[in-house]
Amino acid sequence: MEPIISIRNLFFTYKDGTEALKNVSLDIYPNEVFVLFGPARSGKTTLLRLLNRLSDLIEGARIQGTIQFKGQDIFARGVDVTALRRQVSMVFAIPTPLPGSIRDNLTYGLRMAGIRRMSVLEERVERALRQAALWDEVKDRLDESAFALSGGQKQRLCLARSLALEPEVILLDNPTSGLDPLSTGMVEDSLYELKQRYTIIMVPHSVQQAGRVADRAGFLLDGELVEVNRAERLFTSPRDQRTEDYITGRFG
Amino acid sequence: MTRQQTQKIAVAVISTVAGLVVIPILLVILFIVVNGIGAISWEFLTAPPKNGMREGGIMPALVGTIFLTFGTAIAAMPLAIAAAIYLAEYAGDTRLTRWVRLAIVNLAGIPSIVYGLFGLGAFVLYFNFGTSILAGSLTLGIMTLPVVISTAEEAILSVPREFRVVSLSLGATRWQTIRHQVLPHALPGIITGVILGLSRAAGETAPILFTVAAFYVPHLPRSIFDQTMALPYHLYVISTQVPGMPLSNQYGTALVLLLLVLSLTLVATIVRSRMRQRRQW
Amino acid sequence: MSTTPISGETNVSTVSVSMIFQRLKATNWYEFVIEGLIRLAGVSTIFIVGLIFLFLLREGLPAFLDIPLRQLFGPRWYPIEGRFGIWPLMVGSFIVTVGAVIIAVPLGLTTAIYLGEIAPPWQREILKPFIEVLSGIPSIVLGFLGWVALAPLVQRLGAPTGLTAFTGSLLLAYMSLPTIISISEDALYAVPKEYRDAALAIGATQWQTIWRVVLPAARSGLVIAVMLGIGRAIGETMAVMMVTGNAANIPPLGPGMLFQPVRTMTATIAAEMGEVAKGSLHYNTLFGIGIILFLITLAINSIAGRLVGAQSSRRRGGQL
Repeated sequence: MEPIISIRNLFFTYKDGTEALKNVSLDIYPNEVFVLFGPARSGKTTLLRLLNRLSDLIEGARIQGTIQFKGQDIFARGVDVTALRRQVSMVFAIPTPLPGSIRDNLTYGLRMAGIRRMSVLEERVERALRQAALWDEVKDRLDESAFALSGGQKQRLCLARSLALEPEVILLDNPTSGLDPLSTGMVEDSLYELKQRYTIIMVPHSVQQAGRVADRAGFLLDGELVEVNRAERLFTSPRDQRTEDYITGRFG
Repeated sequence: MTRQQTQKIAVAVISTVAGLVVIPILLVILFIVVNGIGAISWEFLTAPPKNGMREGGIMPALVGTIFLTFGTAIAAMPLAIAAAIYLAEYAGDTRLTRWVRLAIVNLAGIPSIVYGLFGLGAFVLYFNFGTSILAGSLTLGIMTLPVVISTAEEAILSVPREFRVVSLSLGATRWQTIRHQVLPHALPGIITGVILGLSRAAGETAPILFTVAAFYVPHLPRSIFDQTMALPYHLYVISTQVPGMPLSNQYGTALVLLLLVLSLTLVATIVRSRMRQRRQW
Repeated sequence: MSTTPISGETNVSTVSVSMIFQRLKATNWYEFVIEGLIRLAGVSTIFIVGLIFLFLLREGLPAFLDIPLRQLFGPRWYPIEGRFGIWPLMVGSFIVTVGAVIIAVPLGLTTAIYLGEIAPPWQREILKPFIEVLSGIPSIVLGFLGWVALAPLVQRLGAPTGLTAFTGSLLLAYMSLPTIISISEDALYAVPKEYRDAALAIGATQWQTIWRVVLPAARSGLVIAVMLGIGRAIGETMAVMMVTGNAANIPPLGPGMLFQPVRTMTATIAAEMGEVAKGSLHYNTLFGIGIILFLITLAINSIAGRLVGAQSSRRRGGQL
């Protein structure tokens, strides 16, 4: 099967010279849940942000290597970054609604893409909210401020906001970090539904969560992709000693 | 003397000195209000000066200052707000940016009379606008730039960075992000900056001396190429150039000018504090 | 960068791939123009400073070329006789400014210390806007008050006239106070709280903490505050013109010089520009004085600006 995202020999160096990623090569396949795990500051979030070029915001950084999205080099000249970000959409660790109503949040990306037809917007809003398991809770208060939602609802709103764009790939950066176990469960459960339509790349909250949701997983350590494998193999019989040490809780 | 005694004396001295700063301000305002309030009447505000300006009102000067203030707003706002957006959103930490910041610091420091000279040399003479509202507004507008730019930049920077990142991540362009996520939330702060700048411009005398202010014009200006009377200059004229001017008239004029300027400052402060209350984040 | 989609997915794939390629739509041009204008506006501030200097030079340069420098910086300002010596005006500005600094700096720094270190929060809430109000009072209004109320008061103190350098200094001091207070308060505020806690923890009194720890730490900020205060004072026009007596003479050296009438550079421009013929040497010289004022404030503000830059690398919260 053709990978949807293909990373080759990727290096990422911050302005101050810190190497955040070292020679990372990785293929992501359609409709899988791929989990990137590893200790703090090992480069997970950096890698995630590179995939839709949010890394452009990091000033003075140097990128080497290639990332292809559907065979297309995303760093090539002439790439429409906004279109890329609509197709490879990010949900952040801290749920950040934009000021405005729930509806405004959900339609924002679409409106910025030039979609104005009310019927289209309405339909997308409902579908995205249903997919994020939020529809029943907010369908009667779409015009209320998004800040009035609870933490778990906010995070599902942010997920729905990405889904409304009908992306191909969803990047989840520790989406359950601030959530209670119940909300965490809801987000994790929705992943199974979501991967029917989307490719999901996720940085998990913990190794346990990684084991629960991953189809395949990759272990990042100090910017190095140590090991990639199917989840059931990686978490039960890792090939690399460092992976095993991390999984069994010997460090990190 | 023990340390505790020193401490007590120091605090007492510092508090007294702070009082020395604050109390005169109160006295100044009180003094002008008490002496000027008697002169203010409907006629004073709506009638032109009469009898060699010794009688009558201040209407042409008041209206002239209002015109000039609007002119200043129109002249300064687009450039100042755009420059603030540049500094807050586009300028990296480059040599060029440092020069821009230095230029703004210097613009803020140039004496108002030098702005007057510049306005005379550039707008009145070189561009041949003559002594006119246009020349005066442009001069005041340029003088106002640094205040508006700094306050507006501050307001733009106070919008949390996360909103920008989220907006970009949803596929908005940089300008869309600024237009939809930054400017709406920075708007009250930007308005505060504009009003503060205008309050300064409304009270200035030196920049309008040679660019627009007229000693006495009985009628209101008819176009932007007309001269006009203006309150600050009028106060200067009636207090130093017109012998036998009744003192109450002078105090009245000073009071009207003070109220005009302070009410603008007050509006700016209110806008700012209301914005802080309404903030959702 | 070439795309080789697998068979079967060809259509889907090419459509989506082409989507991330930029199409030059109308919105792109619109944004291109807007962003261009924004950058232009930013850079135009440099351009404006240059333009101001250029127009001053255009009208003022003849003064430096046509009048022998010896005479230009000479002691006699008698425009009617064609004597354009600006030395007395510079001395006038200097005396008034120094007087203002002597009054304003202790008052301003002490008030900043009061606001930043001693005043309870409720007082700060009231006093800070109040001092902002002072900066809002038009200079002509203060000048008017100086003229009708302060000058007679100064005369009663024993000066031959109330219209003296001291009267001007007093007004100027209050006019530059807001600048000095707010910038020094920022400087005090920037001193980390840990410094104070550490000093208090080893048993220093509040005053010792302020005097030995906080003030030295805030020193460079305080210097900037004083410099900008001086810049504000030296350029002030209307108030000074109304209360300093406008006599273009050089008072004898000594503390008594504060109680003589003087004439500043700014007041000379304001008072005489209305009466001169455009293009005359007198006119050029007034612009020449403008050039000198411009350069003085440019120097003060550039140094202060550099100090600000060196003191703290600037905050960049809004950077995309």
